[in-house]
Amino acid sequence: MNTSAAPLISIRGLTKAYGTFTVLHGIDLDVAEGEVVCVIGPSGSGKSTLIRCINHLEAFAPESRITVDGIRVEPGPALAKVRAEVGMVFQSFNLFPHMTVLKNVMLAPMRVRGTTPAEAERKARELLARVGIAEQAEKYPGQLSGGQQQRVAIARALAMEPRVLLFDEPTSSLDPEMVGEVLDVMRKLAGTGVTMVVVTHEMGFARQVADRVIFMDGGRLVEVGTPADIFDTPKEERTRGFLRAVLNH
Amino acid sequence: MNLLNTFFNIPVLVQSLPQLLWGLVVTLEIGITSILCGLVGGLFLAVARLYAPRVFTVLIRIYIDIFRSIPLLVLLIVVYYALPFVGIRLSPFLSAVTALSLVSAAYTAEIFRAGIEAIPHGQFEASAALGLSNRNTMVDVILPQAIRIVIPPLTNNCINVLKDTALASVVAMPDLLKQATQAQALAANPTPLIGAALIYVALLWPMVAVVAHLEKRFSKGKR
Repeated sequence: MNTSAAPLISIRGLTKAYGTFTVLHGIDLDVAEGEVVCVIGPSGSGKSTLIRCINHLEAFAPESRITVDGIRVEPGPALAKVRAEVGMVFQSFNLFPHMTVLKNVMLAPMRVRGTTPAEAERKARELLARVGIAEQAEKYPGQLSGGQQQRVAIARALAMEPRVLLFDEPTSSLDPEMVGEVLDVMRKLAGTGVTMVVVTHEMGFARQVADRVIFMDGGRLVEVGTPADIFDTPKEERTRGFLRAVLNH
Repeated sequence: MNLLNTFFNIPVLVQSLPQLLWGLVVTLEIGITSILCGLVGGLFLAVARLYAPRVFTVLIRIYIDIFRSIPLLVLLIVVYYALPFVGIRLSPFLSAVTALSLVSAAYTAEIFRAGIEAIPHGQFEASAALGLSNRNTMVDVILPQAIRIVIPPLTNNCINVLKDTALASVVAMPDLLKQATQAQALAANPTPLIGAALIYVALLWPMVAVVAHLEKRFSKGKR
């Protein structure tokens, strides 16, 4: 791992509470440029909340510090800049249902980057081809399968040419036969050097694609290591318990 | 008995018809102006309520609650007969439009708020994650979806505004109802009133039918 360069994402003492219930307990994490990090752990462990803090979809304690590419993540004018550099793919796709697939992908570059419609369309068609759904460009999201919708969502995020892509359980609401096509797209992406932080229950994907795997439980990073460390020789009892539960069913 | 001659006196009707139609024009002028002002005002209030600082959102809520509770007739009389005491003298037309617009804006704001709240939160999150500004989120993503949802209740509100224009007759506005009562006095026969009632129904029945149709369509799936 390249540890000499400044990390692309730096998280220090990230604390988040809903009222008196603390979801994240002072998390420290660095993600290097080009790194693929998979976050695994039981539901309610805070892994989704963690990545939703990176683009400030979740507010967090003001004394916590997150920077992306050196820019501090906090409410204010700089936030739009961070968000333009951080793409996100959601569990429930969140495509815009009143726009065609093509328009979904074109919207943000035109509005945020000021790209011309012609250029945005050229780029959108190229990205749709890259995720394997070029022929669906004129359809509406509601006419596509879940797997196709999630691939559109990936293309939409990529259209902003982000430095980082966050995936929040991207395959959890898909029918089993569609999980593969989305994971294939993500695998290809990882190969192109995009920085990715992926919250997932797909252990096979994490083992195969991640540079680093993080096991979270109870709002803490319990164990961090290479896929081999985590999956073959987990040190923490909680990690072992979790892996036993998810791998032997 | 000569019921027909009393309530459906054709010569009286024919004679008063031009007057009634002038009244209809005035009614439509008041109604359409108020509907447009109410739409613009209501949309502004609904969006401001989402994004404005807390003080303003509280003020907006108070505005909406007050103007939804005050009887329109009372408001109209206050605007026309009470405001002159503080030097604000509005013409009958402006008084009617002001009162109707203030109330319509309050109802429209509530309708838009409900429409915006019906949009899944994920749409706001996806827009934010892409770096869209609040303005672009509203204009490109949220409102186009919300407007589809609010078309039936908005049409309903338009019907109410058009019906309530009849109240303008109390501030000497020569609208459809006022013209009818005058024609009745002149002819010493209630036929013009019946004529006015029929014109109101002919005007609004199609809109009522459209709302019923839309509500049926929207309730049958389609998000």
